[in-house]
This record gives sequence, C-alpha cells and structure tokens, in this order.
Amino acid sequence: MIRAIALEKRYGEKRILRGVELDVGARDFLLVTGPNGSGKTTLLRLCAGLAAPTRGDFEVAVERARIGYLAHEPLVYRELTALENLDLYGRLYRVPERRERIGMLLERFGLWDARHARAGSYSRGMLQRLALCRTLLHDPDLLILDEPYSGLDDEGTSLLDRELTERAPEAAFVVATHEPERLMRFASARLALA
Amino acid sequence: MTYLADVGALARKDLLLELRARDTLPAMLLFVVSTLVVFHFVLPQDSSDLAATGLLWVALLFTALLGLSRSFAAEREQGVIDGLVLAPSDRSAIWLGKALSILAFLALAELIALPAYALFFQPVDGALVGGIALADVGIAAVGTLLAAMATASRARELLLPLLFLPLAIPIVIGGVGASVTDEPGRYLGLLGLYDALFAIICWASFEYVVTE
Repeated sequence: MIRAIALEKRYGEKRILRGVELDVGARDFLLVTGPNGSGKTTLLRLCAGLAAPTRGDFEVAVERARIGYLAHEPLVYRELTALENLDLYGRLYRVPERRERIGMLLERFGLWDARHARAGSYSRGMLQRLALCRTLLHDPDLLILDEPYSGLDDEGTSLLDRELTERAPEAAFVVATHEPERLMRFASARLALA
Repeated sequence: MTYLADVGALARKDLLLELRARDTLPAMLLFVVSTLVVFHFVLPQDSSDLAATGLLWVALLFTALLGLSRSFAAEREQGVIDGLVLAPSDRSAIWLGKALSILAFLALAELIALPAYALFFQPVDGALVGGIALADVGIAAVGTLLAAMATASRARELLLPLLFLPLAIPIVIGGVGASVTDEPGRYLGLLGLYDALFAIICWASFEYVVTE
C-alpha cells in the first residue's frame, strides 16, 4: 500500500526526513516513533498525500477516498455541530447511508447526546472523539493516525482500543505515537525516526 | 451532479458558519457604509458625479478585500483545509463553494451600500448595477484563489492586498467605465471576458494552491 525508498523531505534548508524506507502492506500496522521534531507528522502527511517528498521513491497505492487521516487538529469547524461536521464530510466522501453511519459512530464514541452542540464547545477529549468519527466515517482502507490517544480519557482510550482491535485485521495502519507500548500489541512493524 | 452537490454543500457550510460566527458580513457592512459616509464629507459640495462614482468603486473594492481576508479564516485557524483537501471530491469544488459564498457576502454588502450611495451622492442606474454584478464575479473568482494562497503564508494580511489589487485593476477599469459612460456595453463586455477568463484559470489552478 505504501512504499518508500530513500525518502527525503526538506522545508527550505531544513531537512525533516532522510533515508526513510517503508513497505506497508494491506493489513500491516506500522508504528512510527521518535522524539519531537523527528518528522513523524511530516511522514504521516506524506502518506496522506498532504505533502510531497523532496527526494526518493514514494508510492501510496490507495485512492484518496480510502484514506482516513487523524491529525493533531481535529479538522472540524468549531462553529458547526458534530452532526453538521460529519454530515459535510459524509457528503464529500459520498458515504452510503450517511445518516445511519454518522449516528452509529456518534453513539459508539459517546457523542450522541452532544451531537447538536457546536464543536467549539467540546472539551479536548470530545474533539478527539469527534476527529476519530470523522476519520472512520468512510470506512477507510488505510488509517493514518497521529497521536490517536491524545486528549482521550480512560473511557475514550477504551473506545479507541476497541476500534483498533476490530479494524486492525481489516485495514492498513500508520500510527505515530509517543506511547508505543500502548500500541505494540497491534504493531506488525516499527519505524523509529531519529 | 456530484460536483455541484459538493459545491452546494461547501457553500452552504460557509453561509452557515457566517450565520453563526457573524465575523465577516457585519464588518463588511459597517466598513462600506462608514467609508461612504467619510467620502461624503471628503468630497467638496461642487465636485462632479464622476468623482463620487470613483469613490464608490474604491469603497466596494476595499470592502471586498476585507471579506476576502477573512474568507479562509475558519479553515486556517482550525486546520480544516487539510480535511477538505483530503476528501475525494474535486478540489476545485472548494474554490467554487468559497467563491459562491463570497459572492453572496458581496451582494449583501452592496444591498446596503447602493442605497447609501444613492442617499449620499446620486441615484443608481442599471449600468452601475450591471457593472457591480459582473465585477463581483471577478472579485470572488480571483479573490478566492489569492486568499487561499495568502492563507498558507505567515504574511497573509500583507500578501493578499499585494496580490489582489494589481489583478483587480481590469475590474476597476471595466466597472468605472461602465458606470460613467453613455455606452457601457464595451466595459460590461470587458468585465464579462475578465470573469470568464479568470474563473477558468482559478478553477483549474486551485488544486495546485492547496497542495504541495
């Protein structure tokens, strides 16, 4: 699904990534670790198609419509409700039976009761749950998750664990984290960036 | 049809955001009316109608600039542009949806500005309204693309006027020309040509503005 040989990424004179080798298959779970500034987020943006490599061979053999990307930011409009945000993304991703799917995800992530509240009024943890709903809305084949546990409380963590357990056998994952021990049981490969 | 549905969903979202946040349109309305009031007192009593027409266009252009500078604020501040860019819909739909919402804001601002202009200066005729309508299309088309470009820059407040004002010169020439001449057809044609040409260019190039 993702193949990289001697991947390099620069922003101006600053080199963010150098010599990265990747081979992620359809059911692989790649854990990306490294200290702050090591290029984890940049690598994930490259995989999502939000950035282009400076050098090296890089191929992501997945349609844009089949990628789910969880970023640092929830990528939702604060002035819209959870329902309105997911409805917008559902339309753009042409999700079949959109309303049912949105309802199911909101229920699953414990946001159903807050569905008519604006995202701007959500706590950090609720925003992360909403971002997870947005990421999973179109049932992607490739999930790119940047610090997925960030801001989640114990209940949110359990919900995400359940989701990963169910989806890991069916999709490819590229996950950047500072807490690799939490995800080691899912991982089929690990990339440590320096 | 799917493309138009995407455009509709994106434009509707922008109108809903404005309805909730009210941080662009009220500022545009206040700016255009207060600018016309200032111009009313700036112009000497015996100044010509042509000068008033010119000042109306100055007010409209800078009101549009004010709206454009806020047009991608929600996407920038909340990083949502990445979410929209990742969606499988054609990326030009983001441009068209945004341009339509800007067009609606401009039209609403002018609904207030033109009666104010008629009150302070002179009556409004059909050629002026036609010129403004065509100018709005060009402003929305070009302005949306440039606002998206400026959004990616740290010096966005500086960059947008620097990019937009030179490209708006043909709009001003066509708009003012249509407003002051007895035969406005030629100037309206110029505006129509500008709209068509730049709409196609902006539509085709938007994808390269929002992706690396």
